[in-house]
Amino acid sequence: MSKSIIRLDNIKRNFQVGEETVHALRGVSFNINEGEFVTIMGTSGSGKSTLLNLLGCLDTPTEGEYYLDDIAVSTMDKNERSTLRNRKIGFVFQSYNLLAKTTALENVELPLLYNPTISTKERREKAEKALEAVGLSDRLHHKSNQMSGGQMQRVAIARALVNDPVLILADEATGNLDTRTAYEIMVLFQELYKKGRTIIFVTHNPELASFTSRNIVLRDGKVVKDTINEHIESAKNMLDNLPKQDD
Amino acid sequence: MNIGNLIKISLRALSNNKLRAFLTMLGIIIGVASVITMLAIGQGSKESIRSQISEMGSNMIMIQPGADMKGGVRQSSDNMQTLKLKDFNDICSNTTYISKCSPSVASSGQFIFGANNYPSSISGVNADYMDIRKLTIEDGTIFNEQQIASAAKVCIVGKTVIKNLFPNGEEPIGKVIRFNKIPFTIIGTLKAKGYNSMGMDQDDIVLAPYTTVQKRVLAITYIQGIFASAISEDATTNATTEIKALLRSNHKLKDTADDDFNVRSQQELSTMLTSTTDMMTILLACIAGISLLVGGIGIMNIMYVSVKERTREIGLRMSIGAKGRDILSQFLIEAVLISFTGGIIGVILGIVSSFMVKLLFSWPISIQTYSVFLSFLVCTITGVFFGWYPAKNASELDPIEALRYE
Ligand SMILES: Nc1ncnc2c1ncn2[C@@H]1O[C@H](COP(=O)(O)OP(=O)(O)O)[C@@H](O)[C@H]1O
Ligand SMILES: [Mg+2]
Repeated sequence: MSKSIIRLDNIKRNFQVGEETVHALRGVSFNINEGEFVTIMGTSGSGKSTLLNLLGCLDTPTEGEYYLDDIAVSTMDKNERSTLRNRKIGFVFQSYNLLAKTTALENVELPLLYNPTISTKERREKAEKALEAVGLSDRLHHKSNQMSGGQMQRVAIARALVNDPVLILADEATGNLDTRTAYEIMVLFQELYKKGRTIIFVTHNPELASFTSRNIVLRDGKVVKDTINEHIESAKNMLDNLPKQDD
Repeated sequence: MNIGNLIKISLRALSNNKLRAFLTMLGIIIGVASVITMLAIGQGSKESIRSQISEMGSNMIMIQPGADMKGGVRQSSDNMQTLKLKDFNDICSNTTYISKCSPSVASSGQFIFGANNYPSSISGVNADYMDIRKLTIEDGTIFNEQQIASAAKVCIVGKTVIKNLFPNGEEPIGKVIRFNKIPFTIIGTLKAKGYNSMGMDQDDIVLAPYTTVQKRVLAITYIQGIFASAISEDATTNATTEIKALLRSNHKLKDTADDDFNVRSQQELSTMLTSTTDMMTILLACIAGISLLVGGIGIMNIMYVSVKERTREIGLRMSIGAKGRDILSQFLIEAVLISFTGGIIGVILGIVSSFMVKLLFSWPISIQTYSVFLSFLVCTITGVFFGWYPAKNASELDPIEALRYE
């Protein structure tokens, strides 16, 4: 049995909107072990992003406790959570969120700039390695506005990898991409999974669940389904079977 | 967080939007450049007035007959004859703060040499006059005591007079020129002094023994003025007081009576003129300061817009581990870098434009080191001060909200 790195204990998250209280999460509990590739699914508004923000320590629960690497997140202050995000977590967003007019290399170096223990040389090496891992070795000095959506998302994934995080969090990471490019990104995530990374992948596309090792479904802020996927489909095969586009 | 990385982050962010950075700088550039130029002009004219006054003799004291002219009322000729040779002699010998003194009588008229004539005036003085007015002999000599005693018909001439009477470049010394039919032998020539700050030609001058002018030209016994020189610039005030007391007692004036003479020192004139230019300098500096302030507000404005525009970027930075204070520092450093770079460009531009003013309008300028440092300091403070509010706003954003910002 591998080590559990995430433990959620009856997490609730309420938002106050005027007079009304919105219950975005109504008591969520689960554990995630090291090396799992988890999809979190659910309809729009079911609380997926709220949950992911909590997992990424961008937000704190109204009730309940979240243990990351056996540390209770509620005991940390804002700055400690920033440092935690910097050292242990990698985010991938639907809209990439790359810095405009900035090269791939500089975008990937960014998290390391906020880590004073890393030297300039180390930062450069790590960034190049991360870009190599996402297949962009030949695009180091391309600027973000000179790249396709798929390439930008790869840069974003490299940025999430560069600090060697214990946890990679992706929110609708393929949501802005066409089917083929989405599969390509899934191939990349599957490679990372095979290398032992822990990945949590939020999507509302049920098709993608077949590529991951575990599938959690949310509805109205509650976990309604939590299944282990015994037969993980290869995204690479799917990609090869896609009808060839000829333009 | 180490400062080197923060500066790197800020530099990268700035270089992403060079045009905006430059436009932000523009206010600072103009502000700093105008502060430096204005102060250079102000200080330059002050120094030029000072140096011209000291060329005329900064220790000089002028004594004239008649009360201070009030409201431009013409004074009777009686009033103009109050200074006697005795007054001059007493000032020379019975004072402690006066080192040199010379009587002064003058007459204007026509100088003639051969076929050339030139209208000018002849000043009757003694040898001290040379030191008091900072005049120097170029060729020949100044008249001696004996020539003064005998009212000799000798004179010393300035460059302008020479040029007009001897247009072909003859040797003037030894020549006899006529002034109102009286022949004067030229025994010396004066070194050129050029124009003074009032636009007067200081070389349009002929000096003769005062006795000669009194007896042979004007036929008078009184004198028209006394020029004196205090022992030092600082002593001028004491010297003035001393002279006033001496003349009042010589003229037997009652305590209630007004002076029948007036004493002016060059220092007074200098103080008056420099205080005028000081005021001008302050005024110019204020105008320039206002443009620096406007530049600062420009920084705040653009920083504020930039924070709004970069909300998502701020959210992203926070999500990958930037702390509030990192964001605050980044924006502050950006503001300071902008104003600092603007400051450097402004200093260069200010120096260049000061020299342009000198070249184009031939105004005297004097670039002040303190104004360079001052405007530098001010623009850095401006950057921090006006960058603070937008930067603080940025650092307090909620990362989730910021990431969601459209
Ligand atoms: N900052 C917020 N303020 C108020 N309500 C919020 C906020 N964030 C999320 N919600 C609400 O919480 C619920 C879950 O939202 P979210 O987690 O974004 O859903 P999903 O990502 O699954 O579409 C929704 O009803 C949403 O309106
Ligand atoms: Mg969502």
